[in-house]
Order: sequence, then C-alpha cells, then structure tokens
Amino acid sequence: MSILIRRDTTFIVQGITGREAVNLTRECLDYGSKIVGGVTPGRKGRDVYGVPVYDCVREITEKTHVDGSVVTVPPRFTRDAVVEAIEAGIKLIVVVTERIPRGEVAQMVELARLRGARIIGPNCLGILSPEEAKMGGLGGPAVNVRRAFKKGPIGVMSRSGGMSTEICNTLSAAGLGQSTAVSIGGDAIIGSTYAELMPLFEADAETKAIAIYSEPGGRMEAELADWVRENKSRLPIVAFMAGRFMDEMPGMRFGHAGTIVEGKADTTADKIERMRAAGIAVAERIEDIPALVKERLRGH
Amino acid sequence: MRFYEYEAKALFARHGAPLPKGRVARNPAEAAAAAAEIAGPVVLKSQVLTGGRMKAGGVKFADTPAAAEAAAREIFALRIKGQEPRGVLVEQRAPVAQEYFAAVTWDGRRKLPVIVFSDMGGIDIEEVAEKHPAHVSRTHLSTLLPFSPYVAKEAVAAVGVTGDDLNRITPIVATLAEIFLRYDLTLAEINPLGKLADGRFLVLDGHVDLEADARDKHAKLVADLGIGKDETREARPPTAFELKGAEVDASDHRGVAGNVREFDGDLGLVIGAGGGSLTLFDAIRKHGGRPANYCEIGGNPSVKKTCELTKLILSKPGVKKIAVMMNVVSNTRVDIVARGVIKGCIASDRNPAETIAIFRIPGAWEDDGFKILRKYGVEYCDRTVSMYEAAGRAVKKMSA
Repeated sequence: MSILIRRDTTFIVQGITGREAVNLTRECLDYGSKIVGGVTPGRKGRDVYGVPVYDCVREITEKTHVDGSVVTVPPRFTRDAVVEAIEAGIKLIVVVTERIPRGEVAQMVELARLRGARIIGPNCLGILSPEEAKMGGLGGPAVNVRRAFKKGPIGVMSRSGGMSTEICNTLSAAGLGQSTAVSIGGDAIIGSTYAELMPLFEADAETKAIAIYSEPGGRMEAELADWVRENKSRLPIVAFMAGRFMDEMPGMRFGHAGTIVEGKADTTADKIERMRAAGIAVAERIEDIPALVKERLRGH
Repeated sequence: MRFYEYEAKALFARHGAPLPKGRVARNPAEAAAAAAEIAGPVVLKSQVLTGGRMKAGGVKFADTPAAAEAAAREIFALRIKGQEPRGVLVEQRAPVAQEYFAAVTWDGRRKLPVIVFSDMGGIDIEEVAEKHPAHVSRTHLSTLLPFSPYVAKEAVAAVGVTGDDLNRITPIVATLAEIFLRYDLTLAEINPLGKLADGRFLVLDGHVDLEADARDKHAKLVADLGIGKDETREARPPTAFELKGAEVDASDHRGVAGNVREFDGDLGLVIGAGGGSLTLFDAIRKHGGRPANYCEIGGNPSVKKTCELTKLILSKPGVKKIAVMMNVVSNTRVDIVARGVIKGCIASDRNPAETIAIFRIPGAWEDDGFKILRKYGVEYCDRTVSMYEAAGRAVKKMSA
C-alpha cells in the first residue's frame, strides 16, 4: 500500500488561486489526485482547472468527505488557515508555506494534537505515493513525477523537498520503487518528524526499507535513533546527511530555517554517530543509497 | 537574530523586570558620565554578540568616574572574537549573595517552549544539568492556552526554592516567558539573576534571540531598539558581497536566488535549492574544490535574477569559473536558469563555454535548457550524472 495518501484520498487546496497553488492543483489533478475543492476568501464561485473555489473550508466539508488539505497561503495567514482546516474536521494537513515563525507553527501542532489531526510541514513539498496520488508540489508536473518516482517498497522521508525527488529518482533508477515519499519540511519545528512517521511505515506491509535525507540542526535524527532502538523496527534505514561543512560554522544559517548549528547535538558529526549507533546506515553519497538499501534488504 | 545585552535589557525593562541602574556608553567620556550618575562602584561590559567576554578582558570594574573612563578606553580598544564593541554598558555594581539561571527556549522534540530554571546560575547551564540534575528544572509552556504565571512558579519551585525568594523570582520568570511568547523569540535568558544581600533580585545579564522569520512581524520592536536594517545579527556580520547578494534576491519577487555567503575559493557556485545546495557544497569540498561562495536558487527565479547573481559571483576577485548545479528540480525551469547564467557570463565579458565548468540541473524543461547550453558550447549533464559526480567534474576543470 502506501502511507498517508492513496488513490481515493480526497483533499482541498487552501489558497488555491495563488500562482504556486494553481500549478500544484494542475499537477495533482494530472497525477490522478482527488481535489474536491479549493478555498480563497472572496473568490467563491470561481474554479481552478475545474475545482470549485469557496470562501470557507466548512462549505466543502459540510457537503463532502475531505481527508486532507494543502495549505499554501502567505506566512501571515497560514496559522489561521491551518486552524480553520483542523476545526472543520480535516485530519491531514500539508503546510507548504515557509517562513512562519515557530511560535505559530507550535500553535498549529498543539491544536492538531488536541484534535487528532496530523500536520506535514511547514516548508515542505508534500506527499507522494507513486501510482496512487500526490498531495502537494512534490516531483513537479505529473510527467516529471512519473520519471523520478516509481511504485515499490521504499519509504522516503526528507527535510528537503528537492532532495526527496533526487533520492527517489536515484532509487527508481536502481530498480527500487517507493511506497510513499514524504517531504517533511525544513523548519525547526515541523508537524511530523521521522520518528513520528515511522509507525505508519512500520504498519504498511508494502514498505520494506526506509531512506531519509537529513541536515544539520535540531534533534530529529537523535529522536529517530532513539525510536529505532526502543521499537526494534523491522525496517532497515539508510540515511544521507547533507551540510557537513556547517559543523565548522556554528551560528550561521545555510539552507533551511531549521539547519542552524547551535550546539554539539546539532552537528552532522553528532547525528551521524547517533544514527550509526542505532544501526542506521549513513551513505556518503546519494548514489550509494540504493546499494546500501539492497544490502540491508538481503540481510533482513 | 541576536540582541546585544543592552538591547535585551531594554526589552526586559519595558516589561518591568528589575535591572541594575545604568546605561550604554558610546565612548569613554560617556562611560565616565554614566559612572558619575550612578555615584558608586560600577561594572563596565563590552557590548559584543559573543560569549566569553569576562575571559577576554571585556568586563571591568571601577569605583570612580575617572577609573570608569580608563576602563572603558581599554574595553573599546579590545576586539573580542573579531568583534569591535558596539558600546560599553556601565551598570551599578551590587554585592550578590546568590546567582540563579532562567531561560525560555524551544524544545524541538516536544515542539513546545520550555522554561529552564536553576539555582546555580552564572555558570554553564549544560554543565550544571549534567553534574547537578536536581538543580535544573524544565517546565513546558502551552502555546494555545493563555500564559499563566503559575507555570513560572512551578519552574522555580521545582529546584527547591520557596519562601520570599519564590515569590520574588516567579514574576521575573513569568515576565521572561511572556516576552518570549509575545515577540517570537527563540531564546530569552537571564544569567545570572542575582539575589542581593537585602533580598532583592536583579537581572545581571541577559540574552535574547529573535526568530529571523519574525523580524518583520516585530519591526516596531526592532526599530525601537535601534537595530539597523542591514544588521543580520548572525554569528558574523554580513560581507559587502553578501549584502549585494541579498539585494539581488530582493530585486525581483520571482523565485529565490539568495542566502549568498562568501568564501575565499576560486570556484563560484550557482546552486540550489535548500537541501541541494548543502549536498553540492559538501561534494565540491570533498573533491578538493574551493568554493568562492554558497547560495540557493530555487522556486523558478527569473532570467534577470539568475543573470544578476551570476554577474555578482563573477565580479568577485579570484573567481575563475562557476558551477551551475541543482538536484532534480520540480518547479524551476531549466531553460530559464540556463539563459540567466549565460547572460550573466556574457555581461561579465566571459565566454560561457569556458566560464561555466558544469551545468547539472535535471528536470522540467531540461531539453529546452540543454538546447541553449549546446548553442553556447557549455558542458551539461542530465540526471544520469549524480550531483557528486557533477561537482567532481567542475573541480577537475579548475586544476586543468
């Protein structure tokens, strides 16, 4: 199967009339996703590639079942849009927007926890289950998605949207398809970390191994290492760690908002050590990932 | 973005936290005047955005205005970790009976703010946490419920503080939490919080970090504190090259060509996006290459923006070639980037075929992009060549 989204998953796009939203709506529809509505306040009655536009999320949820929402509105409106979706009963929210202060992200996450909803992102490209559905801009136009992403046994999680595609493309070229690829987001606080998504992959019979892309900053890799140890995961994990040069440059911001090195635990060296100690293989180059995955699949 | 100590204290003072009498001096004469106003022993502290001031000689004591002036003169002449002091903070010196630590920061794992409190202040809190765990409390805050001071009380009481001390410290820690939440801070710290012989408490040193992405939201506070628009307040001040890079990015709203960082190598990098740039920068270094810069392009920047970025990088002394590389792109048009970098080369009187060491951006519109690159004789590769291999080809050309 896949995790989070499938062929029949229904979702809406909040901010659907924006430039990027129009593109991603088109891409998702072309890939076969079921977009049942869009929201832009004041634009009710229009349509985007045949998707009807409404003023409020509830106007859609009252009429039809909605599994998820892709939120792509400017940073200062994002928290409100996410709260609107959660309060309308939507359980899966992909937040594309970047540059949201983390206090507001924490509020969304705290509310989602309270209501039993899940947030992916912010600052992410969304979710893609090959040959099933795509929710967000991940992989770009459908024709490009079909080139880089193939159906198969590898679950992919990445703090970088672009690198999700690079890794899936590399896996596909080596004959390793993906069950689901999740662009988890590049911010310091995100709705779903590696460790929080692991149980979903663990429960998915189709998924046989995991590939992750990681970066300096934060405790997400340490959290994953702890999770793997505590839960005796059946899934072998291969990680790639970018931004190793940043270990020498504490306090400087490169890459995503979440990547700043503030203490020893933020460094790539520390993360690599923790992951290796937990049995996670760390690839030196992207192109080494497929061989490491195959090796581990044989071992299991 | 980090605040100077005097700015952090100005913020604390606005919200009623108790501070020693004092002010920031811009020159030794002002320091003498400040000391005369205080009319007693003073402490003089270098205003730099780094720790370790005491060790470096950036903190001095004086009993008279004349001594304060002399001490200030020495501090102004002292660079600490490469930084010139922004000013010298002159404060009343009070005998301290005990020091405490209070901070509010983010707990990334719990995704909540956390109050860290200790009755062993003044020293490295991580060391205290390791050696004396019972003397450090960690108390989480809700971001949804309105803040209530009892949470601060629990944080303080958790290390065994009670009696008058508890009732005097609680409002100070509560204020710290309120400031943290209200201004989208990533750190609000008081260390040390000093208890005086008469039982009063004073904020002796403070540290505040404002989230970079919340800077516009709190533009008024930033302006009130006198923080300039060009001040990025990172680990080091931006270079002229980096400021020009930011100008290029701001010149056009389409796409990103930003986060330009200066290095001292000879290979210019036009790379993207967030994660791709980190991966490619590592790859260049692993092959022994010497990057002249770091940057991130993405989200489909215009021809003009890519052209201007290319011109900026080529204008940097010592840059021999550029490498144009990204991960497999989703929404960046390969042909537009190709056009932009070629235009930038030509505008810099450089031959694109010789200047562009490698072009590796696979994705939508790559066929259109490759057509343009062929026309100008630029070496390019598609997704069958890895990012690491492409970086290697670029580095190899540098030594050829």
